[in-house]
Amino acid sequence: MIDPLILLFALGVAARLARSDLRFPEPVYEALSIYLLLAIGLKGGVELSHQPLAGLAWPAATAVVLGFAVPFMVFPLLRHLVGLARADAASVAAHYGSVSVVTFAIAVAFLERRGVAVESFMPVLLALMEAPGIIAGVLLARAGSLGGSTVLREVAVNKGIVLLAGGILVGFIAGGDGYASLKPLFSDLFRGVLALYLLELGLVVGGRFPDLRRAGWRLVCFGVVTPAVFGVLGLLCGAWMLGLSAGGAVVFGILMASASYIAAPAAMRMAVPEANPALGISAALAVTFPFNVFVNIPLLARLGGAL
Amino acid sequence: MSAATHRRCQLTIIAEFVLEQRLTAAVGRFGAHGYTVHEVRGASYADDGVRSRDGTGDTDRTIEMKIVCERDVAEAIAGHVLQEFAPNFSVRLLLSEVEVFRPGKY
Repeated sequence: MIDPLILLFALGVAARLARSDLRFPEPVYEALSIYLLLAIGLKGGVELSHQPLAGLAWPAATAVVLGFAVPFMVFPLLRHLVGLARADAASVAAHYGSVSVVTFAIAVAFLERRGVAVESFMPVLLALMEAPGIIAGVLLARAGSLGGSTVLREVAVNKGIVLLAGGILVGFIAGGDGYASLKPLFSDLFRGVLALYLLELGLVVGGRFPDLRRAGWRLVCFGVVTPAVFGVLGLLCGAWMLGLSAGGAVVFGILMASASYIAAPAAMRMAVPEANPALGISAALAVTFPFNVFVNIPLLARLGGAL
Repeated sequence: MSAATHRRCQLTIIAEFVLEQRLTAAVGRFGAHGYTVHEVRGASYADDGVRSRDGTGDTDRTIEMKIVCERDVAEAIAGHVLQEFAPNFSVRLLLSEVEVFRPGKY
Protein backbone atom coordinates (compact mmCIF):
# COMPACT_ATOMS: atom_id res chain seq x y z
CA MET A 1 0.00 0.00 0.00
CA ILE A 2 1.40 3.39 -0.98
CA ASP A 3 1.67 5.83 1.91
CA PRO A 4 -1.02 8.56 1.62
CA LEU A 5 1.70 11.11 2.49
CA ILE A 6 3.43 10.27 -0.79
CA LEU A 7 0.17 10.30 -2.70
CA LEU A 8 -0.65 13.79 -1.38
CA PHE A 9 2.78 15.01 -2.47
CA ALA A 10 2.15 13.55 -5.94
CA LEU A 11 -1.30 15.20 -5.97
CA GLY A 12 0.33 18.58 -5.28
CA VAL A 13 2.83 18.11 -8.12
CA ALA A 14 0.07 17.03 -10.51
CA ALA A 15 -2.18 19.93 -9.52
CA ARG A 16 0.59 22.43 -10.15
CA LEU A 17 1.52 20.90 -13.50
CA ALA A 18 -2.16 20.99 -14.48
CA ARG A 19 -2.14 24.71 -13.56
CA SER A 20 -4.73 24.31 -10.83
CA ASP A 21 -5.49 27.43 -8.79
CA LEU A 22 -4.88 25.43 -5.61
CA ARG A 23 -2.34 27.17 -3.37
CA PHE A 24 -1.71 27.56 0.34
CA PRO A 25 -1.41 31.11 1.68
CA GLU A 26 2.21 31.85 2.65
CA PRO A 27 1.38 32.24 6.39
CA VAL A 28 -0.16 28.74 6.36
CA TYR A 29 2.91 27.26 4.64
CA GLU A 30 5.15 28.97 7.17
CA ALA A 31 2.96 27.89 10.11
CA LEU A 32 3.07 24.27 8.92
CA SER A 33 6.86 24.32 8.67
CA ILE A 34 7.13 25.90 12.15
CA TYR A 35 4.88 23.16 13.52
CA LEU A 36 6.90 20.36 11.90
CA LEU A 37 10.27 21.68 13.05
CA LEU A 38 9.05 22.24 16.61
CA ALA A 39 7.22 18.89 16.80
CA ILE A 40 10.30 16.95 15.63
CA GLY A 41 12.49 18.88 18.08
CA LEU A 42 10.15 18.44 21.07
CA LYS A 43 9.62 14.75 20.47
CA GLY A 44 13.36 14.17 20.02
CA GLY A 45 14.12 16.10 23.22
CA VAL A 46 11.57 14.16 25.26
CA GLU A 47 12.89 10.80 24.04
CA LEU A 48 16.43 11.96 24.69
CA SER A 49 15.50 12.76 28.32
CA HIS A 50 14.79 9.04 28.85
CA GLN A 51 18.17 7.90 27.49
CA PRO A 52 21.76 8.07 28.74
CA LEU A 53 23.59 10.75 26.76
CA ALA A 54 26.93 8.94 26.69
CA GLY A 55 26.15 7.10 23.45
CA LEU A 56 25.40 10.34 21.64
CA ALA A 57 28.88 11.92 21.53
CA TRP A 58 30.40 9.80 18.73
CA PRO A 59 27.40 9.94 16.34
CA ALA A 60 27.02 13.68 17.02
CA ALA A 61 30.67 14.44 16.27
CA THR A 62 30.56 12.29 13.12
CA ALA A 63 27.36 14.01 11.94
CA VAL A 64 28.92 17.47 12.32
CA VAL A 65 32.13 16.47 10.54
CA LEU A 66 30.28 14.80 7.65
CA GLY A 67 27.83 17.71 7.34
CA PHE A 68 30.81 20.04 7.03
CA ALA A 69 32.71 17.73 4.66
CA VAL A 70 29.95 17.08 2.09
CA PRO A 71 30.14 20.54 0.42
CA PHE A 72 33.92 20.16 0.00
CA MET A 73 33.35 16.79 -1.68
CA VAL A 74 30.66 17.95 -4.09
CA PHE A 75 32.12 21.38 -4.87
CA PRO A 76 34.71 20.12 -7.42
CA LEU A 77 32.00 18.10 -9.17
CA LEU A 78 29.75 21.14 -9.37
CA ARG A 79 32.60 23.28 -10.68
CA HIS A 80 34.08 20.90 -13.26
CA LEU A 81 31.38 18.37 -14.19
CA VAL A 82 28.24 20.49 -13.83
CA GLY A 83 30.16 23.58 -14.96
CA LEU A 84 28.93 26.08 -12.40
CA ALA A 85 30.68 29.32 -11.44
CA ARG A 86 32.40 29.37 -8.05
CA ALA A 87 29.61 31.17 -6.16
CA ASP A 88 26.88 29.02 -7.72
CA ALA A 89 28.80 25.80 -7.01
CA ALA A 90 29.39 26.84 -3.38
CA SER A 91 25.72 27.72 -2.92
CA VAL A 92 24.49 24.40 -4.35
CA ALA A 93 27.12 22.55 -2.29
CA ALA A 94 25.78 24.19 0.89
CA HIS A 95 22.26 22.95 0.08
CA TYR A 96 23.61 19.39 -0.13
CA GLY A 97 25.76 19.73 2.98
CA SER A 98 22.76 20.81 5.03
CA VAL A 99 19.77 18.52 5.56
CA SER A 100 16.04 18.33 4.82
CA VAL A 101 13.82 18.09 7.88
CA VAL A 102 10.82 16.88 5.90
CA THR A 103 12.79 14.11 4.16
CA PHE A 104 13.89 13.03 7.65
CA ALA A 105 10.25 13.06 8.85
CA ILE A 106 9.11 10.99 5.87
CA ALA A 107 11.91 8.45 6.40
CA VAL A 108 10.99 8.08 10.09
CA ALA A 109 7.28 7.77 9.21
CA PHE A 110 8.15 5.16 6.53
CA LEU A 111 10.08 3.07 9.05
CA GLU A 112 7.47 3.51 11.82
CA ARG A 113 4.76 2.16 9.51
CA ARG A 114 6.86 -0.97 9.08
CA GLY A 115 7.57 -1.29 12.79
CA VAL A 116 11.29 -0.52 12.41
CA ALA A 117 12.77 1.21 15.48
CA VAL A 118 14.99 4.29 15.13
CA GLU A 119 17.38 5.65 17.79
CA SER A 120 15.73 8.40 19.82
CA PHE A 121 18.68 10.77 19.32
CA MET A 122 18.29 11.01 15.53
CA PRO A 123 16.55 14.44 15.74
CA VAL A 124 19.68 15.70 17.53
CA LEU A 125 21.81 14.59 14.57
CA LEU A 126 19.30 16.30 12.28
CA ALA A 127 19.66 19.57 14.21
CA LEU A 128 23.46 19.28 14.29
CA MET A 129 23.66 18.72 10.52
CA GLU A 130 21.70 21.85 9.55
CA ALA A 131 24.43 24.46 9.98
CA PRO A 132 27.89 22.96 9.18
CA GLY A 133 27.13 22.48 5.48
CA ILE A 134 25.97 26.09 5.16
CA ILE A 135 29.14 27.40 6.83
CA ALA A 136 31.24 25.18 4.54
CA GLY A 137 29.39 26.60 1.52
CA VAL A 138 30.17 30.16 2.58
CA LEU A 139 33.84 29.26 3.08
CA LEU A 140 33.95 27.74 -0.41
CA ALA A 141 32.33 30.80 -1.97
CA ARG A 142 34.65 33.21 -0.22
CA ALA A 143 37.83 31.18 -0.57
CA GLY A 144 38.17 30.38 3.12
CA SER A 145 36.76 33.53 4.75
CA LEU A 146 33.44 33.89 6.56
CA GLY A 147 33.59 37.66 6.10
CA GLY A 148 32.81 38.66 9.69
CA SER A 149 30.46 37.29 12.31
CA THR A 150 27.21 38.21 10.51
CA VAL A 151 27.08 34.93 8.59
CA LEU A 152 27.65 32.80 11.68
CA ARG A 153 25.03 34.74 13.64
CA GLU A 154 22.47 34.50 10.84
CA VAL A 155 23.06 30.77 10.45
CA ALA A 156 22.89 30.21 14.23
CA VAL A 157 19.60 32.09 14.66
CA ASN A 158 18.04 30.76 11.47
CA LYS A 159 14.44 29.85 12.31
CA GLY A 160 14.95 26.20 11.38
CA ILE A 161 17.81 25.80 13.82
CA VAL A 162 16.11 27.82 16.58
CA LEU A 163 12.94 25.71 16.34
CA LEU A 164 14.66 22.35 16.02
CA ALA A 165 17.44 22.86 18.57
CA GLY A 166 15.14 24.90 20.85
CA GLY A 167 12.47 22.20 20.63
CA ILE A 168 14.99 19.50 21.56
CA LEU A 169 16.15 21.56 24.55
CA VAL A 170 12.58 22.29 25.73
CA GLY A 171 11.55 18.65 25.28
CA PHE A 172 14.66 17.45 27.12
CA ILE A 173 14.06 19.79 30.08
CA ALA A 174 10.29 19.20 30.22
CA GLY A 175 10.57 15.40 29.90
CA GLY A 176 7.68 13.04 29.32
CA ASP A 177 5.46 14.47 32.10
CA GLY A 178 5.84 18.06 30.92
CA TYR A 179 5.25 17.04 27.30
CA ALA A 180 2.04 15.12 28.09
CA SER A 181 -0.14 18.24 27.78
CA LEU A 182 1.39 19.09 24.38
CA LYS A 183 1.21 15.57 23.01
CA PRO A 184 -2.29 15.85 21.48
CA LEU A 185 -1.08 18.72 19.29
CA PHE A 186 2.52 17.79 18.55
CA SER A 187 2.36 13.98 18.35
CA ASP A 188 -1.21 12.90 17.60
CA LEU A 189 -1.73 15.43 14.80
CA PHE A 190 1.80 15.14 13.37
CA ARG A 191 1.04 12.89 10.41
CA GLY A 192 -2.00 14.95 9.43
CA VAL A 193 -0.01 18.18 9.42
CA LEU A 194 2.83 16.48 7.54
CA ALA A 195 0.24 15.39 4.96
CA LEU A 196 -0.95 18.99 4.50
CA TYR A 197 2.64 20.19 4.24
CA LEU A 198 3.46 17.58 1.60
CA LEU A 199 0.46 18.60 -0.50
CA GLU A 200 1.75 22.17 -0.46
CA LEU A 201 5.31 21.00 -1.09
CA GLY A 202 4.06 19.11 -4.14
CA LEU A 203 2.63 22.37 -5.46
CA VAL A 204 5.96 24.11 -4.87
CA VAL A 205 7.95 21.31 -6.53
CA GLY A 206 5.63 21.32 -9.54
CA GLY A 207 6.28 25.05 -9.90
CA ARG A 208 10.05 24.46 -9.82
CA PHE A 209 10.21 22.25 -12.90
CA PRO A 210 10.61 25.18 -15.35
CA ASP A 211 13.71 26.25 -13.38
CA LEU A 212 15.24 22.83 -14.05
CA ARG A 213 15.16 23.46 -17.78
CA ARG A 214 17.28 26.55 -17.18
CA ALA A 215 19.57 24.72 -14.75
CA GLY A 216 20.44 22.05 -17.32
CA TRP A 217 20.62 18.26 -17.39
CA ARG A 218 23.99 18.07 -15.66
CA LEU A 219 22.59 19.64 -12.47
CA VAL A 220 19.60 17.27 -12.68
CA CYS A 221 22.00 14.30 -12.87
CA PHE A 222 23.92 15.73 -9.93
CA GLY A 223 20.65 15.93 -7.97
CA VAL A 224 20.07 12.20 -8.46
CA VAL A 225 23.59 10.75 -8.26
CA THR A 226 24.66 12.72 -5.17
CA PRO A 227 21.88 11.50 -2.85
CA ALA A 228 22.22 7.95 -4.21
CA VAL A 229 25.95 7.88 -3.37
CA PHE A 230 25.77 9.74 -0.05
CA GLY A 231 22.73 7.71 1.01
CA VAL A 232 24.67 4.46 0.72
CA LEU A 233 27.77 5.99 2.33
CA GLY A 234 25.63 7.30 5.21
CA LEU A 235 23.95 3.94 5.63
CA LEU A 236 27.29 2.11 5.78
CA CYS A 237 28.77 4.74 8.08
CA GLY A 238 25.71 4.56 10.36
CA ALA A 239 25.77 0.77 10.55
CA TRP A 240 29.51 0.10 10.75
CA MET A 241 31.14 3.24 12.19
CA LEU A 242 28.41 4.51 14.49
CA GLY A 243 26.90 1.15 15.43
CA LEU A 244 23.33 2.34 14.77
CA SER A 245 20.39 -0.04 14.46
CA ALA A 246 19.15 -0.88 10.96
CA GLY A 247 16.48 1.86 11.23
CA GLY A 248 18.97 4.39 12.59
CA ALA A 249 21.45 3.64 9.80
CA VAL A 250 18.73 4.15 7.17
CA VAL A 251 17.79 7.51 8.69
CA PHE A 252 21.46 8.53 8.87
CA GLY A 253 21.80 7.58 5.20
CA ILE A 254 18.80 9.76 4.37
CA LEU A 255 20.26 12.65 6.37
CA MET A 256 23.44 12.37 4.30
CA ALA A 257 21.39 12.08 1.09
CA SER A 258 18.98 14.94 1.74
CA ALA A 259 19.42 18.53 0.65
CA SER A 260 18.13 21.57 2.51
CA TYR A 261 15.44 23.74 0.94
CA ILE A 262 14.44 25.85 3.97
CA ALA A 263 17.55 26.83 5.95
CA ALA A 264 20.21 26.78 3.22
CA PRO A 265 18.47 28.87 0.51
CA ALA A 266 17.74 31.82 2.80
CA ALA A 267 21.16 31.68 4.49
CA MET A 268 23.07 31.40 1.21
CA ARG A 269 21.00 34.16 -0.40
CA MET A 270 22.34 36.61 2.16
CA ALA A 271 25.83 35.15 2.60
CA VAL A 272 26.61 34.67 -1.11
CA PRO A 273 24.27 37.07 -2.92
CA GLU A 274 26.09 36.74 -6.24
CA ALA A 275 25.01 33.07 -6.48
CA ASN A 276 21.88 32.22 -8.45
CA PRO A 277 19.40 31.11 -5.73
CA ALA A 278 17.25 29.13 -8.18
CA LEU A 279 19.96 26.51 -8.81
CA GLY A 280 20.29 25.10 -5.31
CA ILE A 281 16.65 25.20 -4.35
CA SER A 282 15.50 23.71 -7.67
CA ALA A 283 17.98 20.85 -7.51
CA ALA A 284 17.21 20.19 -3.83
CA LEU A 285 13.44 20.44 -4.17
CA ALA A 286 12.53 19.35 -7.67
CA VAL A 287 15.12 16.57 -8.10
CA THR A 288 16.66 15.35 -4.86
CA PHE A 289 13.58 15.55 -2.63
CA PRO A 290 11.34 13.45 -4.93
CA PHE A 291 14.24 11.07 -5.63
CA ASN A 292 14.76 10.54 -1.90
CA VAL A 293 11.04 10.11 -1.19
CA PHE A 294 10.18 7.78 -4.06
CA VAL A 295 13.43 5.85 -4.56
CA ASN A 296 16.09 6.37 -1.92
CA ILE A 297 14.09 5.81 1.29
CA PRO A 298 12.65 2.43 0.16
CA LEU A 299 16.00 1.46 -1.37
CA LEU A 300 18.03 2.32 1.72
CA ALA A 301 15.46 0.59 3.94
CA ARG A 302 15.89 -2.58 1.85
CA LEU A 303 19.70 -2.29 1.89
CA GLY A 304 19.62 -1.47 5.63
CA GLY A 305 17.62 -4.60 6.35
CA ALA A 306 20.16 -6.67 4.45
CA LEU A 307 23.21 -5.32 6.30
CA MET B 1 -12.81 73.82 6.67
CA SER B 2 -10.19 71.85 4.73
CA ALA B 3 -6.88 70.90 6.38
CA ALA B 4 -3.65 72.19 4.79
CA THR B 5 -1.42 69.70 3.03
CA HIS B 6 2.35 69.59 2.62
CA ARG B 7 4.54 68.02 -0.07
CA ARG B 8 6.71 65.03 0.73
CA CYS B 9 8.12 62.08 -1.25
CA GLN B 10 7.06 58.46 -1.08
CA LEU B 11 9.82 55.96 -1.77
CA THR B 12 8.43 52.52 -2.64
CA ILE B 13 10.89 49.63 -2.49
CA ILE B 14 9.83 46.27 -3.90
CA ALA B 15 12.49 43.77 -2.87
CA GLU B 16 13.30 40.23 -1.84
CA PHE B 17 11.93 39.23 1.56
CA VAL B 18 15.38 38.28 2.83
CA LEU B 19 16.40 41.95 2.63
CA GLU B 20 13.71 43.19 5.01
CA GLN B 21 15.88 43.49 8.13
CA ARG B 22 18.65 45.28 6.24
CA LEU B 23 16.20 47.66 4.57
CA THR B 24 14.43 48.60 7.80
CA ALA B 25 17.82 49.24 9.42
CA ALA B 26 18.82 51.51 6.53
CA VAL B 27 15.54 53.45 6.67
CA GLY B 28 16.17 54.34 10.31
CA ARG B 29 19.83 55.14 9.71
CA PHE B 30 19.10 57.66 6.94
CA GLY B 31 16.64 59.60 9.08
CA ALA B 32 13.17 58.52 7.87
CA HIS B 33 10.52 58.70 10.59
CA GLY B 34 8.94 55.37 9.76
CA TYR B 35 7.83 52.90 7.12
CA THR B 36 5.14 50.39 6.26
CA VAL B 37 5.85 47.00 4.78
CA HIS B 38 3.75 44.15 3.46
CA GLU B 39 4.19 41.04 1.34
CA VAL B 40 3.33 40.99 -2.34
CA ARG B 41 3.55 38.51 -5.20
CA GLY B 42 4.57 39.03 -8.79
CA ALA B 43 6.60 37.91 -11.77
CA SER B 44 8.94 39.25 -14.39
CA TYR B 45 9.03 38.32 -18.06
CA ALA B 46 12.51 37.46 -19.29
CA ASP B 47 13.69 36.22 -22.69
CA ASP B 48 13.92 32.66 -21.39
CA GLY B 49 10.50 32.60 -19.73
CA VAL B 50 8.51 33.88 -16.78
CA ARG B 51 10.28 34.17 -13.44
CA SER B 52 7.53 34.17 -10.87
CA ARG B 53 8.00 35.08 -7.23
CA ASP B 54 4.94 33.40 -5.80
CA GLY B 55 5.90 33.52 -2.17
CA THR B 56 6.61 29.88 -1.36
CA GLY B 57 9.81 29.73 0.65
CA ASP B 58 11.80 32.66 1.95
CA THR B 59 13.82 33.17 -1.23
CA ASP B 60 10.62 33.44 -3.28
CA ARG B 61 8.88 35.95 -1.03
CA THR B 62 8.69 39.63 -1.94
CA ILE B 63 8.04 42.70 0.20
CA GLU B 64 6.84 46.16 -0.67
CA MET B 65 8.08 48.87 1.65
CA LYS B 66 6.76 52.43 1.62
CA ILE B 67 8.61 55.33 3.20
CA VAL B 68 7.15 58.85 3.24
CA CYS B 69 9.88 61.39 3.95
CA GLU B 70 11.77 64.47 2.76
CA ARG B 71 13.17 64.13 -0.75
CA ASP B 72 16.82 64.18 0.33
CA VAL B 73 16.19 61.32 2.77
CA ALA B 74 14.40 59.30 0.07
CA GLU B 75 17.27 59.87 -2.36
CA ALA B 76 19.84 58.85 0.25
CA ILE B 77 17.96 55.63 1.02
CA ALA B 78 17.51 54.89 -2.70
CA GLY B 79 21.22 55.48 -3.36
CA HIS B 80 22.17 53.11 -0.58
CA VAL B 81 19.77 50.39 -1.81
CA LEU B 82 20.98 50.73 -5.39
CA GLN B 83 24.62 50.48 -4.34
CA GLU B 84 24.32 47.71 -1.75
CA PHE B 85 21.56 45.45 -3.01
CA ALA B 86 20.60 46.14 -6.63
CA PRO B 87 23.62 44.35 -8.17
CA ASN B 88 22.69 40.95 -6.71
CA PHE B 89 19.08 41.09 -5.53
CA SER B 90 15.70 41.70 -7.15
CA VAL B 91 14.93 45.31 -6.24
CA ARG B 92 12.53 47.90 -7.69
CA LEU B 93 12.51 51.54 -6.55
CA LEU B 94 9.77 54.05 -7.23
CA LEU B 95 9.71 57.67 -6.14
CA SER B 96 6.55 59.76 -6.18
CA GLU B 97 5.35 63.02 -4.73
CA VAL B 98 2.61 62.82 -2.13
CA GLU B 99 0.72 65.31 0.03
CA VAL B 100 0.59 64.78 3.77
CA PHE B 101 -1.49 66.43 6.48
CA ARG B 102 0.93 66.35 9.39
CA PRO B 103 4.40 67.30 8.06
CA GLY B 104 6.11 66.76 11.42
CA LYS B 105 5.42 63.04 11.08
CA TYR B 106 7.54 62.74 7.95
